[in-house]
Amino acid sequence: MLLADQLPAIIVTVAMFFGFTILLVGYLNRRLAFWFSLIPNIAFLILSILTLRHVLTVGTIKYWQGGWRPPWGIEYVVDAMNAYLLVILFFIVVLIEIYSKRNVEKEIEARKHPTFYALVQLMVAGLAGITVTGDLFNMFVWLEIASLTAYALIAVAGGRALRASYNYVIMGSIGAVFYIFGVGWMYAATGTLNMADMRILLPVVYDSRLVQMAFAFIVVGIMIKAYIFPLHFWQPDAYTYAPSSISAMIASIHGKVMIYILIRLVYSVFTLEFIRHYIGLDLIICWVAAAGILAGSVFAIKQRNIKRMLAYSSVSQFGYILLGIGLSPLSPWGLVAVVAHILNHAVMKGCLFLAAGSFIHQEGKWDIRHFEGLSKRMPWASGAFAIAAISMIGIPPTAGFASKLFLILASLDAAQYPFVIILLLSGLLNLVYFWRVIDRMYFVRHEEPTEGGKERAGGLPISMTAPMMVLAALCIILGLFWLTDIPMPLINQILSDLSTGGRL
Amino acid sequence: MESLTPLLAILCPAIAAPLVLLSRNHPNIREGWTIAAGITMFALVLSMGPEVLKGDVIRFSMFHTMFKNIDFAFKVDAFGLIFAITTSSLWILVSLYSIGYMRSLKEHAQTRYFFAFCLAILGAIGVALSANLLTMFVFFEIITVSTYPLVIHEQTPEALGGGHKYFAYLMPAGAFLLFGVVATYYLTGTTDFTPGGIKALATASPVAATVLFFCFLLGFMKAAWMPFHSWLPTAMVAPTPVSALLHAVAVVKAGVFGIVRMICYIFGVGLVDELGLWLILACIAGFTMIMGSFFAIAQDDIKKRLAYSTISQLSYVILGAAFLTKDGVMGAMLHIPFHAYMKITLFLCAGAILVGSGKRKISEMAGLGKTMPVTMIAFSIAAIGMAGLPPLCGFISKLYLCFGAWELHPPYGMIFLAVILISSLLDIIYFFPIIHTAFFREPEGGESANGGYKIKEAPIFMLVPLSITAAFSILFFIYPHTFYIIDLVKIAIGELFGGG
Repeated sequence: MLLADQLPAIIVTVAMFFGFTILLVGYLNRRLAFWFSLIPNIAFLILSILTLRHVLTVGTIKYWQGGWRPPWGIEYVVDAMNAYLLVILFFIVVLIEIYSKRNVEKEIEARKHPTFYALVQLMVAGLAGITVTGDLFNMFVWLEIASLTAYALIAVAGGRALRASYNYVIMGSIGAVFYIFGVGWMYAATGTLNMADMRILLPVVYDSRLVQMAFAFIVVGIMIKAYIFPLHFWQPDAYTYAPSSISAMIASIHGKVMIYILIRLVYSVFTLEFIRHYIGLDLIICWVAAAGILAGSVFAIKQRNIKRMLAYSSVSQFGYILLGIGLSPLSPWGLVAVVAHILNHAVMKGCLFLAAGSFIHQEGKWDIRHFEGLSKRMPWASGAFAIAAISMIGIPPTAGFASKLFLILASLDAAQYPFVIILLLSGLLNLVYFWRVIDRMYFVRHEEPTEGGKERAGGLPISMTAPMMVLAALCIILGLFWLTDIPMPLINQILSDLSTGGRL
Repeated sequence: MESLTPLLAILCPAIAAPLVLLSRNHPNIREGWTIAAGITMFALVLSMGPEVLKGDVIRFSMFHTMFKNIDFAFKVDAFGLIFAITTSSLWILVSLYSIGYMRSLKEHAQTRYFFAFCLAILGAIGVALSANLLTMFVFFEIITVSTYPLVIHEQTPEALGGGHKYFAYLMPAGAFLLFGVVATYYLTGTTDFTPGGIKALATASPVAATVLFFCFLLGFMKAAWMPFHSWLPTAMVAPTPVSALLHAVAVVKAGVFGIVRMICYIFGVGLVDELGLWLILACIAGFTMIMGSFFAIAQDDIKKRLAYSTISQLSYVILGAAFLTKDGVMGAMLHIPFHAYMKITLFLCAGAILVGSGKRKISEMAGLGKTMPVTMIAFSIAAIGMAGLPPLCGFISKLYLCFGAWELHPPYGMIFLAVILISSLLDIIYFFPIIHTAFFREPEGGESANGGYKIKEAPIFMLVPLSITAAFSILFFIYPHTFYIIDLVKIAIGELFGGG
């Protein structure tokens, strides 16, 4: 067996292992905890890039845990889709961890640091586990690891965060129960938990009530976990009160992996045949997504708290991904939009949350109405925010534009014209609530407080600025990247791995 | 022919923009970048002239996009080059003027101003040189976003309100345009500008083509056709050089440029005629010409009056294109550079009046002809040209428009000819009082009425550009081959209608 075949297992197990190592190291020396979290993640990033390369050049990686052949043993399957997600996962995690060092020192008391990093590491391990596994029950296990750690991380800040976290615990658990019920029924219907195996066995029982129920339950469970409208209501509080770096991490990565579960189940287990089998199912998904896109934006317009606004914006943006899924049985561009937006949104929203976090870190400002003159005092962070916001609005040549373009093309290709209107409208709503912030930061006249009246803190540390700038630059680079034909091999590989039957 | 030149031309403002930001602490170096970029760009654009005059088209493809048959590509054809020459030549002059204007008035945030200006020019030149709708859309949106900081430059609540209105019109327009672009691709499988129109569009269903046409029309709201014009007068809160270059040239001309591109290079003259859309468009344009002039008469603020005049004049271009006749389109294409030179002169004069005398209202301008002779003479020249009288270039373009109307079917020809003539008459009506007040009326209460403010000519940095543009307005009449303009138009017409 080649080393490359073992990469997914190595990443997940070692990540898990480091979760506990950090705790031990942290007892010896608190400062080391951060490094013990960052350095392995950088290593995992490199390994995941190697994995992606291997997947694209050689083919899908299959790893049998303990040498047990599927469908009896647990199988890890990494094809283009999850290798791609794995790279995004570790890339964003590394950037946010670099950012979090100074931020955490300020927001969280020192004695909690080792536990904080241990939890982050466990969450990352959980997310990586979800990504690589090819087994439905194993996926549930990783899902719980990722969720439980997220509950704890949100609560770290204390105060109101406790209530937010409690809400999340309840809702998250309900979601998990929905998911496991669904998986249970699928098992009852097919007698297997291995995804590839189930895919083969499932078509015979497409019409069984059990399978229908299972599909509905799993979708609802994931909708709660991935805060898709109308089951998003635990999320704004959680985002608002969590430490900034955690908000960023959950918004850009946690939600993505949750929705990846849906993608994997829809494409690789139930398959598009199942969706096509129940006529109208794809449109129901589309309309739910469309409702989320509009509702999220409308809610966001009402918010004054910057983090809460971003949280609602995420609700809206997840609608984009869901819309892409809903359109994909009708047009291959649907899946292209999904693939692109997973990365684009991770980058944009990560950047926005980091910038918002730095406003809070530096000046304690979370209310948009108090943002006057921010661009003068924090030019880099404001610049990053502005670029990411423009990207969210979808102005070319930024990443958000590419996503929007793919979705519009998918809607036209699928002959679902109402969604074109909804997408364009959503861009305008994004403009309304993001431009309000940009206006405040840059353009509203503001009298500088006289010198000495307020002690000027030194600029933002480079470790916080740099990750933001990288993400902001990526917003533009990705915008061009998705327009070129460079990602075509990746996309065609994903299209064929998820066997949509379409090629571009 | 493949050549790097279009890319290099576009790179000039793109490179200048970050340099402007970097040298924010050294105003002279900062403005130096702008001027250097402007001159380089103009030279590059002009150097493509001889090649294009041979009937060749210069292409440069940056990369293949994910979409089949769409490249991110530039194409320099005769029509695009006209707009590019107009924009790049005026950028140099307006940059010089901006230096004088911004420094005299001690404006704040000058770095932001010059930075955003570079980006806006990047957008305009990109629109001029892009080879297909997708590329054009990208630059169109760059124009929209980058001009916002210029519109709200004063940062007063009024300016911010103007900026919001600006976005409230142009951003939805962008959405319509995006829809138009994607729908064109979806219907035809290409978005390339093709002289005579995309063939596949002619075979699409007439309903789809009609819907597409109106989406494009709404998308090109930058052309300020009525009833979607009111963002333009509101945007006049911007500093005068911005109003001059962006709201007489780059932004609004990009809009009419887009409309001509759409009619002649996407739909094709034949299809627009077949669908009967030309009449609707011509009616919109005619209505805008007349109403714009009436609104202009009612304004006392000189910039507002010029803004309504712009609205009216832009519709000459739309009208010419809507005629779908050889002379009509020729008039439309000629009016783009000619109107630009005349209108920019007027705006630059308005700015010079503001700097020299502090006056914005026409009713207060009595006696300015004596105290600010250069400015007012330049103003008068441009105003006469605006009304379409010889010896100014406005005469040429309007003459062709009249010929264009003449070629129409019997009832329409006369109607639109009348519309053009009435509108020209109205032009005289709203420009004449300004000239009259400035030259022939004594200021009430003598010099002391100015509150001790000494009225004098604006700084040399401002006077030179406005004199040059005024001189060019005459030069274009005497020698329309300046900057190859009329030759380019003839080649473009040859491409579209065949023959020469």
